[in-house]
Amino acid sequence: METLKEKLVETETSTTIRISGAEAVIHCLLAEGVDLMYGYPGGAIMPVYDALYKFQDKLHHVLTRHEQGATHAAQGYARVSGKVGVAMATSGPGATNLVTGIADAQIDSTPMVCITGQVARHLLGTDAFQETDIIGISTPVTKWSYQVTKAADIPVALAKAFYIARSGRPGPVLIDITKNAQVEEFDFSYKKCTAIRSYKPKPEINPTKIGEAAAIINSAKKPFIVFGQGIILGKAEAELKAFIEKAGIPAASTVLGLSALETDHPLYTGMVGMHGNYAPNLMTNECDVLIALGMRFDDRVTGDLSRYAKQAKVIHFEIDPAEVDKNVKTEIAVLGDVKETLSGILPLIDEKKHETWHQEFKDKRAIEFDKVIKNDLFPEKQKLTMGEVIEKINKRTGGDAIVVSDVGQHQMIACRYAKFNQTKSNVTSGGLGTMGFALPAAIGAKMGAPEREVVAIIGDGGYQMTIQELGTIFQTRVPVKIVVLNNDFLGMVRQWQQLFFDRRYASTELINPDFVTIAKGYHIPARRVTERADLDEAIDELIASEEAYFLEVCVEKEDNVFPMIPTGASVTDCRLE
Amino acid sequence: MNNTYTISVYSENNIGLLNRISAIFLKRHINIESLTVSESEIENVSRFVIVAAMDEDQVRKIVGQLEKQIEVIKAYYHTDEETIYQETALFKIKSSLLFDERQIQNIIKQSNANIVTVAREFFVIEKTGRRHETDALYDELVPFGIMQFVRSGRIAVSKTEMNISALLREFQNA
Repeated sequence: METLKEKLVETETSTTIRISGAEAVIHCLLAEGVDLMYGYPGGAIMPVYDALYKFQDKLHHVLTRHEQGATHAAQGYARVSGKVGVAMATSGPGATNLVTGIADAQIDSTPMVCITGQVARHLLGTDAFQETDIIGISTPVTKWSYQVTKAADIPVALAKAFYIARSGRPGPVLIDITKNAQVEEFDFSYKKCTAIRSYKPKPEINPTKIGEAAAIINSAKKPFIVFGQGIILGKAEAELKAFIEKAGIPAASTVLGLSALETDHPLYTGMVGMHGNYAPNLMTNECDVLIALGMRFDDRVTGDLSRYAKQAKVIHFEIDPAEVDKNVKTEIAVLGDVKETLSGILPLIDEKKHETWHQEFKDKRAIEFDKVIKNDLFPEKQKLTMGEVIEKINKRTGGDAIVVSDVGQHQMIACRYAKFNQTKSNVTSGGLGTMGFALPAAIGAKMGAPEREVVAIIGDGGYQMTIQELGTIFQTRVPVKIVVLNNDFLGMVRQWQQLFFDRRYASTELINPDFVTIAKGYHIPARRVTERADLDEAIDELIASEEAYFLEVCVEKEDNVFPMIPTGASVTDCRLE
Repeated sequence: MNNTYTISVYSENNIGLLNRISAIFLKRHINIESLTVSESEIENVSRFVIVAAMDEDQVRKIVGQLEKQIEVIKAYYHTDEETIYQETALFKIKSSLLFDERQIQNIIKQSNANIVTVAREFFVIEKTGRRHETDALYDELVPFGIMQFVRSGRIAVSKTEMNISALLREFQNA
């Protein structure tokens, strides 16, 4: 009997046809259900682009203005649709330009398949034109990568790529295809990959652990839930809600978990982390049982680990065994797909209310409202705040929009104040903190959820890192709504300089161009607002627009984001001013 | 407290995997003391034997990260007490010494080393054993002059079972 390294199953395209490797790539993508991809052509990938030409009606390729934009667009698409995003580039600089997006997808567990062209097999290792060892470069930031040097290997490589990218804890996969493999003809048939013997996407569920976890949760006096993106990736939003409602446990989200539970839910207490809400941060060190659901205890969530939830029994629901006890020591690890483990624990959970405990969160919330939120959302000062812009967008969209944010102060403000009614509504670069993420990610998000409103909230710094993607918006006519919150500073770095470096504003002030003129240069309707009196109308115009729209809001230059847990401090040391 | 751990990784035979494995150590600033890759008892399955010093919490996390790699079938860690391990050292010595320095023959005999080859100019001694044994032989030979010295990485088998065959059978039959 043949030794199986992977299991492959027949598909509709299983019939054998003689085609080139390049055409095979397209057939593989179609067989995996890909109808949209992002990329940028170049020498070593030209045969695949040539093959794509024939299939334009079935497989839409969006030409971005930079390969990084292609990856972020693929990420935005994947994050809102739950499908695998696909990005393609040529060898050398095309491939290296993908790396930031790949690293972002790796740390934020986004399913993505990247295809790169490579010099012909006989040129490998000769420092040929546009040759770069992209497998070597991308190894630490991919879930898996593989270099194909002959056409016959293309179907299995891509079948495995899609299976690995989407299964278990998702992530990015890179397939590098030498030019000769694209040109060679071979007998093509496609089989989907359903298993790989060395890869276990999800651990088996241990019912004993579920029972032990339930017993601890049922006897808890002050239980607290922190949920992360695992809920969204695991499609466990309904199970999460059923669990917290039955157990009556206050719940908070990580940055990437946002929108897994609607922000108006009575048991939702806000966001944890460096700029999260006061109550959930403080209560982390007050609870007796901390239930972590599909999250990984990032340092921006925990602050000083030696003073993080030490009093609590930690129960960790997690799909990736390597995350258990990585940062926070758990009492019980409930391994497995969170949808299944939450379904498993629900019948064992006692119905409770925990009203006095929940009241403590509300009291802390009132303090934060008084000291921070009120001034952010309903300012009395003359200058506009980032918070009031988000609040007005909330009012106008009702909380139904997908909010794509970049990285920095505006991101934290967007994550803190955006209203979310439904899941997969928050798209942001969480783990990597990639400035320049939002504009291309918004393109992908709108294409992945065309029926939904997509609003990109971007700072003046990050906007200029991928501003060229306005060209993609213009060419594809994708109706994304772009809001730049302009404070003429790299605001978050400036905030740190103010608080921790004695206001030495080294290289954080930006002399900005006329953003409205730039948008208009791409034929995108644009407007600038500097006065509060004009804000409502401008946001109405932004949201009402049938096409893409650019709105620049000039905000207070030196506002700070609070609450804040300074680096190395404990969650208990959450500062309100 | 740091301890020497022998990490065994059973994997598919894949070109890029060594890179992925070493990157896991590199990222955490853990120095690999020795690394040996060979075929394992199972056809087409490679085995890495990696020796590194760290505390148990670290080695547990490292093994978790190793197992996360797509092509890693299973990884284990063991202390020295839990393994049978050996290293091989080769010493290249001037042939004339073999006849001029009678003591060398005694050293070879007493240390249970073998003479692998004798040529006109040099002869080669092989010694397999624990690190302290090859070190001791080195110390004894140094005064006579060693032309070349090389020591292999550790190879090790565990005292307890590492049930890879069963895992693979399970996959095959599932």
